[in-house]
Amino acid sequence: MTDAVIKLENVTKSYGGVIANHAVSLTVPRGGITGLIGPNGSGKTTLFNSIVGYHPIDSGSIRFEGREISQLRVQEIARLGLLRTFQTTRIYGKMNCMQNMLISAPHRKAGLRDMFAREDGEAAEKAEHLLAFVGLHEKRFVRSGSLSFGQQKLLEFAMALMNEPTVLLLDEPTAGINPTLINGLLDRLKRANTEFGITLFIIEHNMRVIMNTASKIYCMAHGEMLAEGEPGEIQRDQRVIDAYLGAH
Amino acid sequence: MNFVSRQTLPFLLILAAGLVAPFLLPAYSNEIAVLWLMIVFASTWDILGGQMGYNSLGNIFFFGAGMYVCAIVQIGLYYDVGMYTSGARTTHIVFSTAQYFTGFALGTVAAGIACAILALAAGLIVFGLRGPYFAIGTLGLAIAAAELVASWEWVGAASGISMPVFPGGPDTQKIFFYFLLFALAFVLLVFLRWLYSTNFGLALNAIRDDEEKAEAMGLHTRRYKRTAWAISAVFLGVAGAIFGNMTGFIEPRDIAFPTTTFNLFMVVMVLLGGKGTLWGPVIGAVIFHTIKEVTWTYFLGWQFIALGALIVITIVYFQQGIVGWLFEKYPRMFAPRAAGRREQESEIGVGLAPHPEGAE
Repeated sequence: MTDAVIKLENVTKSYGGVIANHAVSLTVPRGGITGLIGPNGSGKTTLFNSIVGYHPIDSGSIRFEGREISQLRVQEIARLGLLRTFQTTRIYGKMNCMQNMLISAPHRKAGLRDMFAREDGEAAEKAEHLLAFVGLHEKRFVRSGSLSFGQQKLLEFAMALMNEPTVLLLDEPTAGINPTLINGLLDRLKRANTEFGITLFIIEHNMRVIMNTASKIYCMAHGEMLAEGEPGEIQRDQRVIDAYLGAH
Repeated sequence: MNFVSRQTLPFLLILAAGLVAPFLLPAYSNEIAVLWLMIVFASTWDILGGQMGYNSLGNIFFFGAGMYVCAIVQIGLYYDVGMYTSGARTTHIVFSTAQYFTGFALGTVAAGIACAILALAAGLIVFGLRGPYFAIGTLGLAIAAAELVASWEWVGAASGISMPVFPGGPDTQKIFFYFLLFALAFVLLVFLRWLYSTNFGLALNAIRDDEEKAEAMGLHTRRYKRTAWAISAVFLGVAGAIFGNMTGFIEPRDIAFPTTTFNLFMVVMVLLGGKGTLWGPVIGAVIFHTIKEVTWTYFLGWQFIALGALIVITIVYFQQGIVGWLFEKYPRMFAPRAAGRREQESEIGVGLAPHPEGAE
């Protein structure tokens, strides 16, 4: 069908005696929205960290656009166009929103001379456009650390878009957000996917959100891949229900 | 008033003050020359310590390295360095005017280049360290350098090197070195003003605010960190070259690598003035240096106690510094200039997504 932009095969990662991920395989199709769910401690964030090169994996293979990336470092993977956002929102707190956006411009081709380049009008315009897209245009000269938590999440999302990634890994984008804000964020996630053509891979606890956004969902439990399928299948899958309700 | 923008006014004031000071206060021209050196110390320390959030305790390493590199070049061009350092105290070795200035000019350039290379190389090792480990690691670099030079006979070991004598009267010498240090400080400030307005400034701030995030966004963090340190090192190396010739005698522990005086003063001046700003280190250096000279003159014997008290008070109660305090008290003074300019473009924001629902 569609080609796989991320392909994991038998990825295993353990911390000392604790096996966080055991032989996890999955594929993220290009252009779609893929979800990753699972109870707390099931190894979702560990898997994300493995994919973006935050820590070395014990065994297995991680391919991004056909290229093995399990040996690369975080920055190199980010520059390839595989970007992640953090579960605990991370922005540059003492800089204003525009500065946060400008420094997030892609660094793929950045050479030595670009280190000393001035912001050109083009980058500033794009930054303003994306801030408007997430509804933070009025706050563009506000110190980002003084934004509300929800606004910081939106800013982090806009920063990720500024970087023009091929794939964006979102770790609980709606966690801690005011429920009325969630719909807006959901809408923007979908638009980022359709309008900007960014493949999304999302960890999410909010079932209403993930079931309405993702076309394909993976469910993890105890560090292993439990089930995969379309939202409807996953919702009916007895193993998934057991994992969440603790039938073991 | 429109001819001079708020950005260039401080530079014009500094230029005017720097040019007239030695003629207005001739008795203090040496102290004011050292003040320019202090401004170089504070502003170069702030590149890492303030803008990038890496508290280096080893920046003095480049000051001393520059001083020694310059001395070796100056002497080595015309004499054997080992012979010079061992014989300098018994034989009188003369440099002609042309020899002095050629050696000094080449030595200063070599000091800048050598320090940049040293910073890039040392950066490979120390930038693997973060937080307090970085501070201790860099401090170790400075102390190790002092001890190494102190036991290196070829460069005079602990008894140092008598520098070539300045070919001119004491008054000419004073003015010459005054203007060199002033020019260095002025060029540094203009350079930093430009540097902080480029992507480089943004990248340094991003590393300060959240280095892990910067890495996750694909920023070349290591390249920025090493370049930033190399920039500090170039200016410190040149400052060391000039200062070594100004004092006329150099030795490792108290003049070239003074870890407990100049090295700490850098940090205190920046904290006092306000770290992470262009003018904070300058203000801090002026106040600190004035207090230092006044206590030296009027409270001799108590000067280190007074300075110690100042350091403790600054670090415990006044970490945001003078400029940081002004920023909190009068934020309007620092309102972004670009806000007005961009107002006409704000229609971009209309229509796309008016407000995030529920954003408070």
